[in-house]
Amino acid sequence: MLEGLLIGLSAAFSVTNLAMVIAGCLIGTFIGMLPGLGPMSIIAIMIPVAITIGDPSAALILLAGVYYGAIFGGSTSSILLNAPGVAGTVATSFDGYPMARKGLAGKALTIAAISSFCGGTIGAILLMVFAPMLSSVALLFHSAEYFALMVVGLSAIAAFAGTGNVAKAVMMTLLGLIMATVGEGALFNMPRFTMGLMDLQSGFSFITLAMAMFALPEAIFLVLNPGRSAQGDGGKIENLRITRDEAKAIAPVIGRQSIQGFFIGVLPGAGATIASFLGYAVERNIATKEEQKEFGHGSIKGLAAPETANNAACTGSFVPLLTLGIPGSGTTAILLGALIALNVTPGPRLMIDNPQIFWAVIISMYIGNLVLLVLNLPLIPYIAKVLAIPRNYLIPFILFFTLMGSYIGQNNATELLILVGMGIAATVLRFADYPLAPLLIGFILGRMLEDNFARSMQLYDGVGFILDRPMTLGLLVIAVLLVVVPSYRARRAKARQEGIADGD
Amino acid sequence: MALDRWIALIILGIALAYGYGAFFTMDQLLPPFMQRNPIWPSTFPKVLAVLAILTALVIVLGLEKAETDDTKTPDIDYRRLTDYNLGQALLLLGLMVAYALLLRPAGFLLATAGFLTFGAVVLGERKFHILIPVACVATGVVWYLVEGVLGIFLRPLPFFM
Repeated sequence: MLEGLLIGLSAAFSVTNLAMVIAGCLIGTFIGMLPGLGPMSIIAIMIPVAITIGDPSAALILLAGVYYGAIFGGSTSSILLNAPGVAGTVATSFDGYPMARKGLAGKALTIAAISSFCGGTIGAILLMVFAPMLSSVALLFHSAEYFALMVVGLSAIAAFAGTGNVAKAVMMTLLGLIMATVGEGALFNMPRFTMGLMDLQSGFSFITLAMAMFALPEAIFLVLNPGRSAQGDGGKIENLRITRDEAKAIAPVIGRQSIQGFFIGVLPGAGATIASFLGYAVERNIATKEEQKEFGHGSIKGLAAPETANNAACTGSFVPLLTLGIPGSGTTAILLGALIALNVTPGPRLMIDNPQIFWAVIISMYIGNLVLLVLNLPLIPYIAKVLAIPRNYLIPFILFFTLMGSYIGQNNATELLILVGMGIAATVLRFADYPLAPLLIGFILGRMLEDNFARSMQLYDGVGFILDRPMTLGLLVIAVLLVVVPSYRARRAKARQEGIADGD
Repeated sequence: MALDRWIALIILGIALAYGYGAFFTMDQLLPPFMQRNPIWPSTFPKVLAVLAILTALVIVLGLEKAETDDTKTPDIDYRRLTDYNLGQALLLLGLMVAYALLLRPAGFLLATAGFLTFGAVVLGERKFHILIPVACVATGVVWYLVEGVLGIFLRPLPFFM
């Protein structure tokens, strides 16, 4: 591990990479603060830039910096405006906004920054410990296990994303998988489902899909409902200091939530949003009676908990990405797409073949957290001015950047029409409460899933591998249970409500 | 029938067409030597088609009793779509299509400055003395970044220049 750290240090401390971290954090904070633009949209917009950089470690460092910055920027707008830019920071606004109303905006931002810093740093340490362990286990995996593991990942994402509505999430995942089969694959050199269109020969572009699924519907929602983009003058932010007592009060919260958040982040499909809500709920439940009354009215513990947890979870979500090559969340799915575009295949071989990428990313996580604390926090009063940009200017620019992003990737105007068409479809899907992240994850995993499936079929000359390899069978059973159990339980709960007796 | 079930019906149609393609048209093109393989290009799509049809049916027929959460207010209630700024949204989408069609013939600079200006006008901006300079400067900066820094060629001027 020490050797790896040295490789990482030497890679991350190059001038370009340091500039990447700082630029990423600043851009992320800047855009993440704008209401309605979450880390997924921002990273999707940044991908063409990252790909043109060419160096995979620099690109990944830039994107990781953007990710952290976006989460931090999201908390800033939650605290100052009660308008969370990111789902993962909704819980931050529960206590952060009341604090800002009391004139403690500066203090709230400091607590948020310190908690994010600790959550991210502790998360990075845990990542450093667990990722090599997991990837050495993963090296023993066969393509059959990979196939099964991906099925487990996809069904876990479907089960979590569609709480109470698993069928819709499964539907979206399958739609993503179906879209991944369009075009010419590596395994069979024949075009599939292109309907004779040349533009579909190489399949759907992943950047276009990411833009259409996240950035475009957000922008359309902002247009439809002006109330979503709460405007403010940036507010007066002063008195960034916190007292020693306050630091003592939040220290145990930070410790607990870093660890809890990290492990929630590791689970596929859970991610920062669930980690922050769960962190908030857990801390409220274990607080004393008097402290409980403060929750929701500006409790510093209630602010520290979700902030720590969401940053630790962001770090945790890198574990399955870097060790198994399986993204656990929409954001890491976009990162995976970017890595593949840069000719790097994340997975257990990453640490052996490209150790400098793996370790540079981990080191840059430390640097990124430090940048957020040292550079961004003092700059917040100025960065917050971005909140005063009128929406009449903001929205055309967001739309323009989505268009540009997908045009640069393909240099093809047809791509823009596909973008608009899919963006409209995605907006309609959001109206009907279909989760969109599973679609994108299904799309990205589709190719890999089919490759591993095909390889196991060829090795075992049929579907015999499912029965021959107990681990594969076990994983597939888990995958089925993940999908079936929640909907079965929902059904039973409903039946009980209607006064129908249970069968057992 | 609620919107989500209509959507599921549409997806069901797509899945049926996809399944038809996978089951009945793809294998005819397969060269004989590949037919000895245990896996064909159509194998995975066949599995997906069956699963997608089943899932779509579950939603269309309402077999899964969703835990309806009445306390949750949706972002946008599609039943009252006309209460929102629907016209603006549609105009902006139209503008995006126009941008896609005009980008090549009109050149990047003209198309982009036009898009940014008209986009803001659609949203109700009327201070042209601020808007037009902002749009032009932003266009120039983005063009410089894409062309100079990223090194991607974008035709700046209309086709006749």
